[in-house]
Amino acid sequence: MNIRTMLAASVAVACLCGPALADTSSKKIALSNNYAGNSWRQAMLTSWDKITKEAVSNGVVAAADPFTTAENQATEQAAQIQNMILQGYDAIVINAASPTALNGAVKEACDAGITVVSFDGIVTEPCAWRIAVDFKKMGESQVDYLAKKLPKGGNLLEIRGLAGVSVDDQIHAGIQAGVAKHTQFKVVGSVNGDWAQDVAQRAVAGILPSLPDVVGVVTQGGDGYGAAQAFAAAKRPTPTIVMGNREDELVWWKQQKDKDGYETMSVSIAPGVSTLAFWVAQQILDGKEVKKDLVVPFLSIDQAGLEESLKTTQKGGVANVEYSLADAKKVIDAK
Amino acid sequence: MKISSGTIRLIIPAASLVLLLAAVFYMQPRAMSYNGLNLLFNLAVPIALATIAQMLIMSVNDLDLSMGTFVSFCACVAATLLQTSPALGILILLGAIATYAVIGVVIHLRELPSIVVTLGMSFVWGGLAVLILPSPGGTAPAFARWIMTAKPPLVPMAIVASILIAAVTHTIVMRSSFGVLMRGVGGNDRSVERAGWSVIGIRAGTYALAGLFAVLAGIALVGLTTSADANIALRYTLLSIAGVILGGGEFVGGKVSPIGAVIGALTLTLAGSFLSFMRISPDWQIGAQGAILIVVLALRLALNRLEKREKSQ
Repeated sequence: MNIRTMLAASVAVACLCGPALADTSSKKIALSNNYAGNSWRQAMLTSWDKITKEAVSNGVVAAADPFTTAENQATEQAAQIQNMILQGYDAIVINAASPTALNGAVKEACDAGITVVSFDGIVTEPCAWRIAVDFKKMGESQVDYLAKKLPKGGNLLEIRGLAGVSVDDQIHAGIQAGVAKHTQFKVVGSVNGDWAQDVAQRAVAGILPSLPDVVGVVTQGGDGYGAAQAFAAAKRPTPTIVMGNREDELVWWKQQKDKDGYETMSVSIAPGVSTLAFWVAQQILDGKEVKKDLVVPFLSIDQAGLEESLKTTQKGGVANVEYSLADAKKVIDAK
Repeated sequence: MKISSGTIRLIIPAASLVLLLAAVFYMQPRAMSYNGLNLLFNLAVPIALATIAQMLIMSVNDLDLSMGTFVSFCACVAATLLQTSPALGILILLGAIATYAVIGVVIHLRELPSIVVTLGMSFVWGGLAVLILPSPGGTAPAFARWIMTAKPPLVPMAIVASILIAAVTHTIVMRSSFGVLMRGVGGNDRSVERAGWSVIGIRAGTYALAGLFAVLAGIALVGLTTSADANIALRYTLLSIAGVILGGGEFVGGKVSPIGAVIGALTLTLAGSFLSFMRISPDWQIGAQGAILIVVLALRLALNRLEKREKSQ
């Protein structure tokens, strides 16, 4: 059997599968992921698996294989991307180890006619698409919420993330913008919680004795529970602490709510953003015109939605949402 | 028929490279092309240069644990200063090479363990890299980009570069008198000293040469990635040591092979691609990479035994 008959046969087989096929049914999409060592990334990979398996079995795409590098190193991921070019994928979805160090490999992929979509850890190479989170707005929304809940205002404590990481700068800028807008609030203290409960607890416990009364704590996610513990240990009234969608934070919130009707909000990025990137890649392969820079909405939980979110969040995990093709289209069309 | 022990040393790494290459071609026929070979091997070029640098250090019985951070530092310089103010960039890189020579002298004079000194230096290089490039970015100098993306006729750049690196370093290490002295220091520095040579000078020269190759590795890496970050080459420390050993080198005794080291670097790179084509889950990949290393080393150990037995007969 020569190549031509083989091709003809495969086309015939493809046609037999039914009329529901999209134009991308023969396309293969790969996920290049740099790290899988925390609950957020695990949830991200699980979401990818769940959504893409469905898409593959429905014939939307031919394959959607996830690859993760073992050592979380940019040069290793660059080699992985080059391997994907050789493997003949039509699109590569990337969560990058470095915004710049993969640019060479990404350029190789683009030159080979491959669609590259980066999300969460984005790449700066102009030929790739970027799905970024509006972290600044995430910070601003916290102050907006507090302004609604506490119209009189007061002192705020800010817990920041890992120093020197761009996400930390962006959320911080958002919080500053929020405070500038709602002048009744004043940030009286700021500590680095490194997005970890234990670090946040230690840092907050250290600064608390020097602080006046605090009415609210603005956070970056993964640090709300630690802050609450520090306030309890210092025997100070618990202020309104903005949570970050982690399971331990939601459980604590629920306990407080049942005890005395404690009210707050919770906000973070959903790990399921990987599935959004998948649909965006699929849409680009389908020939749809997509802007190079897309903004993904963040996932916030309010008082009413707490029980619902808690039910679907795994123990030790992060509240998640998976995206459908319709959601992706909404994000693409958003101005 | 008599085969020299040097040749035997080369057979195992070369055979494992060919075997891996055959397996990759079988699994991914697309790789069997000009572009395919380039994609498979172009990231091996900086690794090969770093491996040569490590091999030079190992030839005088030392070990460089700062290789990864030093290459990262050079990459950061290449992506920033070498691009914006070439004179200053070249000066800094020359300074870095001189620093390497000084490290060699200090290690020799104070009889310090090289592992400790270079481990300390790794923090210095890491810190300097962050100072020069606080957040990922920079642009590759045009000449580096041009070299690394060159498309020579018939044979892809990655292969040409590998052969060139192997040929040049083979001449330096195996054919020049400096190379003989260098390996002599690794084998028996006292006898080299008694023969009237300055061991301190040889060590300084060796370290400087290693620094030069590491600088080239950084520039080559930036030529491929187009920009740098301060952590870009951290894994080169272990990769370079593994490459030397895989290529038939030894930790002590001045027994090194430049051609072997380049082959070792290519084999390590290829092993990564091989495992990725096999769809081995990342949880197992480090283990699988280790298993490949162990198999190759076990083969060599067996050959070494054979060699010894023949000699004693």
